[in-house]
Amino acid sequence: MGFPHSHDLEVGTILSRHFGDPKARELDTWLTYGGYEGLKQAVGMDPGEITTIVKDSGLRGRGGAGFPTGLKWSFMPQEKSGPHYLCCNADESEPGAFKDREILRWVPHLLIEGCLIAARAIRAEHAYIYVRGEYFPFTSILNDAVVEAYEAGYIGSNILGSGWDCDLTVHIGAGAYIAGEETGLMSSLTGGRAEPKIKPPFPAQSGVFGKPTTVNNVETLAAVPMILINGADWYRQWGTEKSPGTKLWCCSGHLVRPGNYELELGVPLKDVIYEVCGGAPDGKKIKAVIPGGSSTAMLTADELDVPSTYEGLQEAGSSLGTASPIVLNEDTNIVRAMRRIADFYAHESCGQCVQCREGTSWVAKILKRIEDGDGRLSDLDTLYDLCEQLTGRTICVLADSVVFPLRSSLDKFRDEYESLIGGRA
Amino acid sequence: MNEPASETIRLTIDGVDVTVPKGTTVLKAAEKAGIVVPHYCYHPGIPSRPAQCRMCLVEIEGQPKLQPSCVMTAGDGMNVVTQSEAAREARRSVIEFLLLNHPVDCPICDAAGQCMLQDYAYETGQLESRFQEAKLVLGRDRIADDILYFADRCILCTRCVRFMRDVAGDEALIVAQRGHKAYIDTFPGKDLDNEFRGNIVDVCPVGALVHEDFLFKARAWDMDSAPGVCPGCSNGCNIEIGAKENQVVRIKPRYNADVNSYWMCDYGRKHLVMANRGSRVDLPLIRRNGELEAVHWGEALAWLAEQMPDGDGVALVSPFESTESIAAFRALLTRMGINGGGYRLARGDEAQLEGFPKLKLRAERAPNAAAAELFGFREVEGPPSIASGSTLIVAGDRLDDMPADFAHDAGFFVYLGSHLSEATRSADVILPITTFLEMEGTFINHEGRLQRFRQALVPPGVARPAWMVIRRLLSLGRDGADVLEAEVAFELAAAESQGLAGLAWSAIGPKGVLVRTDGAPAPSAR
Repeated sequence: MGFPHSHDLEVGTILSRHFGDPKARELDTWLTYGGYEGLKQAVGMDPGEITTIVKDSGLRGRGGAGFPTGLKWSFMPQEKSGPHYLCCNADESEPGAFKDREILRWVPHLLIEGCLIAARAIRAEHAYIYVRGEYFPFTSILNDAVVEAYEAGYIGSNILGSGWDCDLTVHIGAGAYIAGEETGLMSSLTGGRAEPKIKPPFPAQSGVFGKPTTVNNVETLAAVPMILINGADWYRQWGTEKSPGTKLWCCSGHLVRPGNYELELGVPLKDVIYEVCGGAPDGKKIKAVIPGGSSTAMLTADELDVPSTYEGLQEAGSSLGTASPIVLNEDTNIVRAMRRIADFYAHESCGQCVQCREGTSWVAKILKRIEDGDGRLSDLDTLYDLCEQLTGRTICVLADSVVFPLRSSLDKFRDEYESLIGGRA
Repeated sequence: MNEPASETIRLTIDGVDVTVPKGTTVLKAAEKAGIVVPHYCYHPGIPSRPAQCRMCLVEIEGQPKLQPSCVMTAGDGMNVVTQSEAAREARRSVIEFLLLNHPVDCPICDAAGQCMLQDYAYETGQLESRFQEAKLVLGRDRIADDILYFADRCILCTRCVRFMRDVAGDEALIVAQRGHKAYIDTFPGKDLDNEFRGNIVDVCPVGALVHEDFLFKARAWDMDSAPGVCPGCSNGCNIEIGAKENQVVRIKPRYNADVNSYWMCDYGRKHLVMANRGSRVDLPLIRRNGELEAVHWGEALAWLAEQMPDGDGVALVSPFESTESIAAFRALLTRMGINGGGYRLARGDEAQLEGFPKLKLRAERAPNAAAAELFGFREVEGPPSIASGSTLIVAGDRLDDMPADFAHDAGFFVYLGSHLSEATRSADVILPITTFLEMEGTFINHEGRLQRFRQALVPPGVARPAWMVIRRLLSLGRDGADVLEAEVAFELAAAESQGLAGLAWSAIGPKGVLVRTDGAPAPSAR
């Protein structure tokens, strides 16, 4: 089977075992791979039992925040007073992340099964998969699988003869990063602009159509069937106490072998970069790694010897995020890279909160000016100050997402900024 | 706020103890404590509260982050600080952000002087910008037939979008684009032609939305302002009349929870701006040798008292006249021996504000038909039939839809009016009276709510309120003193009507008072 072990960096198999196998998309083949066994089990279980197993497994949200999945499910009302909804967040838009895409494209039935089990756990009668608009080609693969699953009785009314009904709808987004924020996603799903909403109310109180809703990431839900089949302890044989299990990595940038890897949580980040991905090509040195997708703090090449867990990267002053390291080699202009990141967030700010709407584009404009050789040392003070103004004051964390890489780049690569500025006050 | 009093909580805001009903927001609680928390997106009349302007962030003891006070529910024992270092710094930075791409064109902006961006920029002291980049220019747009949108001034609080959606029930406006390129626009393929669209200008905290008919008309500080009651229909919406150089230039709704909330309709706004039009009668005129001749008041009234025949005649009053004038007119008719009397009432389409159903542009397009009814006038349609040789007396009705020979059969034609029309030029005496804009008085709306309005303009020439003219006429040759104050005129009216009996001028509060138009005093005078 080749499950990953901490010192054996063989590619993992909970999620990615069938990546690259086109037949896995077809229900007939998928069933021979053990497909829908978890669902068969789930339909005979109480919602609470399912939640307990997932809680015990320690599975944490793979969308970036790492919130314990079972705990999130337990926030849903135990007594129903109306419909409940499950939203699968497939609006994967974080620069550097391309893991959910692989699940959608290679193992759609695994995701569908995970959605249904989660829906049962939270007493939902309808699951939505909100897919990023740009993932259009993969959506058709998912849609085909949904049709097959409906026909085979895995979705719909009286699932597997259990008397339990649950529908599943695939919804294609219209292209906004912020639709990946859970409240923005729900707003977009129900016909509004993809704009995050102030909490409370939390989704578990009032979400899609104002009803109790749980939003889970694709990778999170795809891990659920195997956990249900094999149990919590089985899942905990990988990873650490606080970060159990395996994780899909999306490694990009200046690497010999960029790509997706399913690895045990806790593997040192440097091993992911150097051993799994072969380090930077052409014998170049690595200058910086943005470990969890573009919204996480940069690490220097000297800071990579950290365990790749939620807690490990947090201690290192960054974040595991979506486990999507972007590797920058020694030739990289950090200011330019940072400007490009800031451009992205300025472009994707929904525009509700003043700080984010105006601040992200201001940051991008200052960085552009520095990059173009027209910067001043006082700009660095302004940037530091903007880091303060953009932190913790907005409805969602998009503004904070610029601050993490920005502040770390200023702290760790100030010399690069200063050399572009050339001493002008 | 009608919760039982037992459900209250206590909290401290900037050191002030305040007790509020459970469920009150921190912003509202602060208001009660006399503390204004600056805000943009929150508007008390718009239900949705997106908490997106981030201006009302306050520090709450025990909370790591600043919290938006517009949505934060006040908790028992909470200690809120609106003036902490962190809260002040957060507000300062919001202002700096808002001004980054703002053109700062206050010298030509209609909102200058009444702009929340100006106010808070001064309050926070954020008058300089560190912004060295080129400003983003979005330009301006005609968002409705009569409303301009200056995108560069817009702070995207979305009050306008949410007013249309939440209150008008018409999703005509949207935020287009996103981030710093976002702007307000009409929904693709849809026009902003709602009857209540003008309110988006009023809710705009800055100068982004401007009525075109007010564009560059007046600086806020150059306007005289008077609280009025809209005469557009029988709803009686409370308004603020802005006048410059004795011309009405702007109408804004004035809050009255029982009548119109924060809103008014566009028909009402336009109707009042029309009040500036037309040529006025500004001197008393009497007909001598077939010609109208200008005379002073004393001569006109003495002449009229002498010439006026007794006995039955035809009387017409305008439902735009104040209650005091209508009452005085009734007293005059009684003296003359004229019974009955009519009023003409224009009718039009109705429009109701979905989010505040008490606000309705009503079919009856006049403000005071209820008072006319109260004083025994009845609605008439078309031209009144005038028996040959009889007396015709008209108060207020301009008769501008009537032919020149309208009063041909009348033996004697008395006209108290503000404007001259073909039909009224044939009067034997024309007494110049003020319009409701030029006097103080009361109107009674469709539900019997008597409301006061104040004088907004100076009357032309020697025009006087109809009640003053008539009461003078009635006192000629008698001991009665002149009536020179609306208060006295009202008290006379109250004494002459069962429906107003016992009602004192001072008892008419800011929300007005309900009176019974069928003769008995109102059960619940407020």
